[in-house]
Amino acid sequence: MSARYSIFSLIRNALAYHEDWPAAWRSPEPKPAYDVVIVGGGGHGLATAYYLAKELGVRNVALIERGWLGGGNTGRNTTIVRSNYLWDESAALYEHSMKLWEGLSQDLNYNVMFSQRGVLSLAHNQHDLRAQSRQSNANRLGGIDSELLTPAQIKAFVPIMDLRAGGRYPVLGGALQRRGGTARHDAVAWGYARAADALGVDIIQESPVTGFRIDNGRVQGVETAKGFIQADKVGIVVAGHSGVMADLAGFRLPVTSQPLQALVSEPIKPVLDTVIMSGAVHAYISQSDKGELVIGAGADRYVGYGQRGSMQVSEDTLGAICELFPSFRRLRMMRQWGGIVDICPDASPIIGKTPVEGMFINCGWGTGGFKATPGSGWVFAQTIAHDRPHDLNAAFSLDRFRTGYIIDEHGAAGVAH
Amino acid sequence: MLLIPCPYCGERAESEFSYGGEAHIARPADPEKTSDADWADYLYTRTNTKGVYFERWMHAHGCRRWFNIARHTVSYDILAVYETGAPPPKFDTKSEV
Repeated sequence: MSARYSIFSLIRNALAYHEDWPAAWRSPEPKPAYDVVIVGGGGHGLATAYYLAKELGVRNVALIERGWLGGGNTGRNTTIVRSNYLWDESAALYEHSMKLWEGLSQDLNYNVMFSQRGVLSLAHNQHDLRAQSRQSNANRLGGIDSELLTPAQIKAFVPIMDLRAGGRYPVLGGALQRRGGTARHDAVAWGYARAADALGVDIIQESPVTGFRIDNGRVQGVETAKGFIQADKVGIVVAGHSGVMADLAGFRLPVTSQPLQALVSEPIKPVLDTVIMSGAVHAYISQSDKGELVIGAGADRYVGYGQRGSMQVSEDTLGAICELFPSFRRLRMMRQWGGIVDICPDASPIIGKTPVEGMFINCGWGTGGFKATPGSGWVFAQTIAHDRPHDLNAAFSLDRFRTGYIIDEHGAAGVAH
Repeated sequence: MLLIPCPYCGERAESEFSYGGEAHIARPADPEKTSDADWADYLYTRTNTKGVYFERWMHAHGCRRWFNIARHTVSYDILAVYETGAPPPKFDTKSEV
């Protein structure tokens, strides 16, 4: 097991010129068989493996990743964490996740830099205001913190925002979740990987899954670039490629994979100490600890697996950002990238069983999966270990599209798609 | 941004078009007799191919006519354009870029 991180280990290693830090996790060759194989080494998959080992005592687990850990959407999002979803089912799931976030750095012994700096959603018209007050009241009834702010309160909270009336996007109000904020995305992947590895989980990178061995409707194992791995249970947590995996396993999913893009500016001195979201004009923005402005844009409309976004989507987003924050107009953007998000028709995830026995899927997080990383892994681990969904994710079954009990969160997802 | 060849107006920027999703999805002929599973499949399930995808587009800021294209969803190359109602052209839909 790797050494525990602490002020003492820091001092000890400083004296040794930081040359003796142990690797944070092993890179083992796969064993022939495991109790559980998790496909997908993003935050959700790593969290699943960690909670399987930690909470449920399932330690004979392999996690298989096509590329490198956190190289997909985990490393491509805008790191926003909040739990103010409209419906009870979603609110419970995201709030469970929020509670795990609040103790995550201590739990993992890894600083995930979770910063509860508040997430403020803006209302630009009367309809936004009404929808926001409905959602805010629903949140408060459900025990989730939410405050409605007037324009004067918003000006005091975010002084650099242009709140003069008459602009292209007038701000009539906002909903603030003070417990919301950001976390360091890579640290989340690395922290879960290190903690899962310490509990015995084998993390196998650079090993794409090429097929599943299924016999009599029951999964037998996974074909990978590093050979066949036998498994009693298989959990698929691959976000944008969920449809590809489902196709290999012989079933279909109600998801579409679309590129969602983000950008960062050159680093500047601290100007923005919270997260601002605007669903209506589709822009969201925060400032990283390095000083870069992290800006999230909308999803491209079409199915796409190329990890890049269309130019007109960035133009729309940056236009709105410059309108709300005129002082950002002369900033240069350093990087722009895209991640492939798997969007469900109701903008809620699918976490549960598949038509293949012993195979479970966790997908459809769409544009907002990062915030759910701990909770998603936690409920998926419970689902895999007990062979049935936990109360928190029972409503998020694949079957809900047949029964009609869909969980429409297009409003709370806050992303134009 | 995609450069989309409208069969009626020629090549135009993607921002002139609206997207209609997967093509060739037929509404069940007799909804009364369609099972819930088949109805859900019609409403929600999409092929979501990584490879050549057949999809509908509409030239919203132009001729306002619908048409189909075959596009590779990794390279975004547009491989064929054809009229609504015509059968899809033959492609290996799971081909690499």
